[in-house]
Amino acid sequence: MHIVIKLFGVPLSCPITNSMNIWFSCFLFIIVTPAHIVRLYDRFEALDKEKTGHLRPQDFGAINRLAMNPIGDRIIGAFFSPGQETVDFHSFVRILAHFRPADKKHPKDPSMPEPVNSRTSKLKFAFQLYDQDKDGKISRAELLQVLRSMLEMQVTEEQLESIADRTIQEADLDNDDAISFEEFRKSLEKVNIDHKMSIRFLR
Amino acid sequence: MSMSDSLVSCGHLDPVIAQGSTQCREARPCIHKASQRMSSDLGSGPPSSCMHIQWDLKGKTKLSLNQHSYSEMLYEHNSRDQELVRLTELITQLLVELNHSLTSVIPESALLILIGWILGGIIYGADKMQTFTLTPTVFFFYLLPQVILDAGYFMPNKLFFSNMGAILVYAVIGTCWNAATVGLGLWGCWLGGAMGDIDIGLLQFLLFGSLIAAVDPVAVIAVFEEVHVNEVLFIMVFGESLLNDGVTVVLFNVFDAFVSLGGAEIDAVEIIKGIISFFVVAFGGSLVGIIFALLISLLTRCTKNIQIIEPGFIFILGYLSYLTAEMLSLSAILSIVFCGICCQKYINANMDERSVTTVRYVMKVFANGSETIIFVFLGISAIDPAVWVWNTGFILLTLLFIFVFRFIGVFLLTWILNKYRLVPLEFIDQVVMSYGGLRGAVAYGLVAMLDENKFKEKNLMVSTTLIVVYFTVMLQGITMKPLVTWLKVKRAAVTELTLAEKIQNRTFDHMLVAIEDISGQIGHNYMRDKWHNFEERWLCWFLMKPSARKSRDYIFNIFHQLNLKDAMSYVKEGERRGSLAFVRNETKADVDFNKKFRASFSEIMPDIMADNMGPDHVPLSSILQDIVPSVCLVMHEQDLTMRESEDFNAHHLLQQHLYRGRKQHRHRYSRSHLETNRDENEVQEIFQRTMRSRLESFKSAKMGVAPAKKIQTKHQKKDKPQKMPNGNSSDKSKNHPYGDKGTCSLLFTSLLHYMKWLTRPPQLRGHQPPVVCIIIQSHSKAISGICLILENRLD
Repeated sequence: MHIVIKLFGVPLSCPITNSMNIWFSCFLFIIVTPAHIVRLYDRFEALDKEKTGHLRPQDFGAINRLAMNPIGDRIIGAFFSPGQETVDFHSFVRILAHFRPADKKHPKDPSMPEPVNSRTSKLKFAFQLYDQDKDGKISRAELLQVLRSMLEMQVTEEQLESIADRTIQEADLDNDDAISFEEFRKSLEKVNIDHKMSIRFLR
Repeated sequence: MSMSDSLVSCGHLDPVIAQGSTQCREARPCIHKASQRMSSDLGSGPPSSCMHIQWDLKGKTKLSLNQHSYSEMLYEHNSRDQELVRLTELITQLLVELNHSLTSVIPESALLILIGWILGGIIYGADKMQTFTLTPTVFFFYLLPQVILDAGYFMPNKLFFSNMGAILVYAVIGTCWNAATVGLGLWGCWLGGAMGDIDIGLLQFLLFGSLIAAVDPVAVIAVFEEVHVNEVLFIMVFGESLLNDGVTVVLFNVFDAFVSLGGAEIDAVEIIKGIISFFVVAFGGSLVGIIFALLISLLTRCTKNIQIIEPGFIFILGYLSYLTAEMLSLSAILSIVFCGICCQKYINANMDERSVTTVRYVMKVFANGSETIIFVFLGISAIDPAVWVWNTGFILLTLLFIFVFRFIGVFLLTWILNKYRLVPLEFIDQVVMSYGGLRGAVAYGLVAMLDENKFKEKNLMVSTTLIVVYFTVMLQGITMKPLVTWLKVKRAAVTELTLAEKIQNRTFDHMLVAIEDISGQIGHNYMRDKWHNFEERWLCWFLMKPSARKSRDYIFNIFHQLNLKDAMSYVKEGERRGSLAFVRNETKADVDFNKKFRASFSEIMPDIMADNMGPDHVPLSSILQDIVPSVCLVMHEQDLTMRESEDFNAHHLLQQHLYRGRKQHRHRYSRSHLETNRDENEVQEIFQRTMRSRLESFKSAKMGVAPAKKIQTKHQKKDKPQKMPNGNSSDKSKNHPYGDKGTCSLLFTSLLHYMKWLTRPPQLRGHQPPVVCIIIQSHSKAISGICLILENRLD
């Protein structure tokens, strides 16, 4: 399940701190193969135009196509932990590792920490996209925000609110007018998260 | 709508005769002879009327019965048979037009073949022999080039070149595999006695295999147009069908030469010559195409004063590339494909809007017309007993082999390819790809070219080819759509999704697209970047007009289109209120754009007063339709405030109005539709909103900060929280997850791109069209925001 370090034979011309991060992430069982790490590092360097070793929001902003994504800004935000302004390579890979297809062959070992790309972790990631104030619940206002950004401009406010109300009604089991993580998970139990939230290259 | 553009082909089948010339072109000797014979057979009597379909550029069709003076000339040539052909074509196409639902079940091509059969039956009945067949000359020189030029010109280049490796593998190795296996399989069965006693040999089998192995572009387009598959799959099959001509031509010629030589004289030298000839033919053909593409681009660069005949050049030079390659015995199809592919970008940039529209429409007209004629003639050619030789073993075995070996070939190659591809091809894609390997008129054209003396069994081969073509086009064409639906439905859930699931599914799609963009998986390639740079620096400078080069910036184009949209809606609003006088009373920030940016707007902004044309050759009226807000459904349903109706409304709203992610875009190539992509408008809307929201956050951030503060783009310490005022930070964190500094720097970067472009052009021109002022005034929010940033930055 974890990277065999001796396979990692590709030299990286990077400052010593970053390579330490890479070894470190190997130990943390971020399940990305060496070849992918190299590719991701190339990408990281390409984004990091000023070669500081960290990425800032405007580096992400340089990716033009993200501006054409309704939740592009939220995804950028997800890379930055609360309070942090930069993201280093370790965190970069860690977030991307959420999108790796789950390893079905190896049985789950209860002693090891929850792998990053398990169904629960993926759902947590998706949940955090909605829950911007990190209170563990998706309130009606937050849901409205997401809906507003994902629906065309033709849709009026009343229509939007009715959709949001109905969505909360469907998912809310304890009637607190918000969706907690458990309710969120339950409402999506039929959806094949692994298929929907995986990028095949991160195999 | 789909048939209207092909209708015009009927009215102009015989321009030569229409002009009253008594000379007949060589291309139609059979028609001429037939008409002469008919004039002697049938009695006198002028034809009563001729039907004409006229078609103007707006796509509407008008029927007009015309008693033309040239109807008498027609009578002189006694082309009652031509009228017959035309008439029946028209009637059937009208019927098909009315029965649009029919074409969604049965592809047009199958229907056309049926019509061909009926027509062939009529003609045979009248004539006792088949006077019309699809002769190779007519097919290869007059009917096929338009189709292929259309395919090349409208080819989605990015998709094509990014999948080029896979396409080449399928085209070259796949075709060789098909040819070899079919030929050898048939030979083995012949040796085993399954076909009875026919005068044929190994080489002839191989030749037959090579010509029947090729997937046909005409048939592929015709069938896949109804079946909407994803882009990658479509481009694979389509690209393969276009590029395999290189292999087919070589194999055909090589085996033809071998058959002439006789079996005994073939040695290693000949085989090596054959292999070398493949490279020469394929690359030579492509080179010829590229040279002509360069020529066309250069030509359009210099045609500023003769804009009216610009479109003509495209067609002439395109056809010339085909003929030149044919003359040099190179692959003509490859030549015209690459000509179309390489020149599209430059001629679209260089030519005037109206010329581009003309080229696009006329190209579609020709292609549709040719395709129609090809399929009808394929049908007609069948009704000819002289050609039919039935050999159960041969025919059935051929059908079996091409089917089975295609599947095996595709699966094998895909398995190998998936090891190297970033995004592997799934099982269902492979099935559709194998099933979509349709044979068509190219195979028939090749088989009709065989020499009867060398190939004693030519008629058998012709019959078999015809049956194969019918089988693939009709049967596989009809069952393709149900097969695709069935295969997909098996995977999807049967139960109705809840709202939460629907929303979440869409969120996942967007998420995946965003992550792909961030991780740069698709498109981040050293070679591609290098090519891009080379192309931007040298090719564009050489091949594009200077004014075209400037207006290429993507963000500017989007910005420009948004402005146009706003301006249009503003004007519409004004008209509704009675006058535009209210515009002048607005006390918005009156920005002198020219002075601020020192750009030459009139040069850059295309002439928006041009009739209905937008910068992306999209009729602006279609953009406008998106601006009109839809009727609020909730209002109408107020009397039925039942749970079900609300439920239904919500589901319906979501279905209609959720933004589709990039992955859901359909393939953009279509033979008969030239509409604007809905995706472009969607993308623009999203981009506009993102920019606006970033601008909002930036502005609100600015308001809370002392004016002397500079925008910091470099973070000094990474763990110190931002220096923005505390009072607003918690509020902002809801909207701007990464803080205000992040927001403004993000906005700044995205606008920097735009600004960099604007500061590039050096001249200053005084003339500012009045419409620009309206645009500026109406787009107040974005503009004032930009000004704020600029004031901050430039000082």
